[in-house]
Amino acid sequence: MKNENLYKYILGIADNSLILGQRLGELTGHGPSLETDIACTNMSLDLFGQVRSYYQYAAKIAGDNRTEDDIAMLRKEREYVNVLLVEQPNTNFAYTMARQFLFDVYHLLFLQELQKSKDLTLSAIANKSIKEVSYHLRFSSDWIKRLGDGTEVSHQKMQDAIDGLWTYTDELFHQTEADIAMVSEVIGVDVTKLKEAYYNKVNAVLEESTLQIPESKWFQKGGKKGIHTEHLGYLLSDLQYMQRAYPNMEW
Amino acid sequence: MSEEQIKNLETQFEARIARDEKIEPKDWMPEKYRKTHIRQMSQHAHSEIVGMLPEGNWITRAPSLRRKVALLAKVQDEAGHGLYLYSACETLGVSREELYEQLHSGKAKYSSIFNYPTVTWADMGAVGWLVDGAAIINQVPLCNTSYGPYARAMVRVCKEESFHQRQGYEIMIKLANGTPEQKELAQDALNRWWWPSLMMLGPTDAESIHTEQSMKWKLKRKSNDDLRQQFIDQTVPQAELIGLTIPDADLKWNEERQSYDFGEINWDEFWQVVKGHGPMNKERMKARVGAWEEGEWVRDAAMAYAEKKQERKQKQAI
Repeated sequence: MKNENLYKYILGIADNSLILGQRLGELTGHGPSLETDIACTNMSLDLFGQVRSYYQYAAKIAGDNRTEDDIAMLRKEREYVNVLLVEQPNTNFAYTMARQFLFDVYHLLFLQELQKSKDLTLSAIANKSIKEVSYHLRFSSDWIKRLGDGTEVSHQKMQDAIDGLWTYTDELFHQTEADIAMVSEVIGVDVTKLKEAYYNKVNAVLEESTLQIPESKWFQKGGKKGIHTEHLGYLLSDLQYMQRAYPNMEW
Repeated sequence: MSEEQIKNLETQFEARIARDEKIEPKDWMPEKYRKTHIRQMSQHAHSEIVGMLPEGNWITRAPSLRRKVALLAKVQDEAGHGLYLYSACETLGVSREELYEQLHSGKAKYSSIFNYPTVTWADMGAVGWLVDGAAIINQVPLCNTSYGPYARAMVRVCKEESFHQRQGYEIMIKLANGTPEQKELAQDALNRWWWPSLMMLGPTDAESIHTEQSMKWKLKRKSNDDLRQQFIDQTVPQAELIGLTIPDADLKWNEERQSYDFGEINWDEFWQVVKGHGPMNKERMKARVGAWEEGEWVRDAAMAYAEKKQERKQKQAI
């Protein structure tokens, strides 16, 4: 592939949206209220919309016959390069919202930079996605506050979720080889530079929500290299089921 | 109010309906009108919400991104329909919580069709095509029903349902024109969903207890049997067009009636499902009750937070 770094770079962005969208899609019809149900489904829909734009572009760059669906559904476990954070399960609504919030803060900062990319397609996708992700962040931040500063029960559950997911935040700022190559071409975003703004924002919301900022300095990594938690395999079994069970068909 | 005054109000009320005027929430209305509307609108709302489950069942496994996005959008629409139908009920003085309670306790009904399982992807096609198709036939006349909030909600619902029906039929077209295996999936789904879809239009007129009064209030404009015939006449050519066979050996075009004759519906099965013994009744209620109970701490937190915020605002104002 002529433009392999760009291809890999796009997957690095899009896989996060794919896996998070899939997780949110599991919740449709099972939310704690009709309003949250609609909102989570809507965020899933936004993310899959973004995924389609990214993968269609990636397929074009690959220049063979592969399609957006091949990229989304026919890779092996080790070929998905999403961060570990987004594949974590919907343990309860606190986990779902904490996962969303911890990703949204990053996602928005990332898109604001990607918008400046020299690559016009990526910049256009970023531009469109920013509106959606700004809403996601508003929604998830509001729920961090409601649950953090709600009842004793909700406070404890939200604190547990933040504590449980904190270990996956640092990976957001790790650079891959494709990242480094794309940054040097002014196409990609230097994620290391987002770290300070990220933790400032996250900490501010946690404080406002009367939540403790976790002190642990132990972080997990591996997603960006395709080494995932055990949760991903099951998620992929669902995601890929039809394409695997009925290969080479159109739907 | 004297009996005569009430009688007067009732006469005026019926005259307004006869003139096709809309009844609005603050207007006087007979208690029976209010109750009947709460029953029908909430039953409709519950059907939307329970109906999210069989289709939600395939969101994570949709075969392509395009199909996944369309399915997500569709199920989200159903949730939206539920939301504004519950709101329409609230205009008649009943809360969403009370209505949920009626659903969860089994007191309120929802459309029985959602008590069947969606076992293959083709069911997403069949449900959209047949179930939403039958729903539209039921619902289009409601856009002109007498109760304003319901009529207005139905205008939007019908627009979206018509999109859902098209997306369901499109899934079926694709399958029917696909590989033999895909065509088999489509035929199998049609076989399983055809009869329940016919039942969905309600018991035969002879057994329908609400028809007469509902006709008067324009809550119903055609009888169940007429609607069923309309559905069959509309759907049979659609099946033929894509080379699928309706699973009814007695189905035959009747030249004289300019309609299809069709076979006997298994009403025992219908009543079995209505009475709670369909294949998925228990699972559907378990999912709804489970979501509600597991969500309690979340809703409590939201209330507590809103109260705290309000208090802080008041303190600041002082």
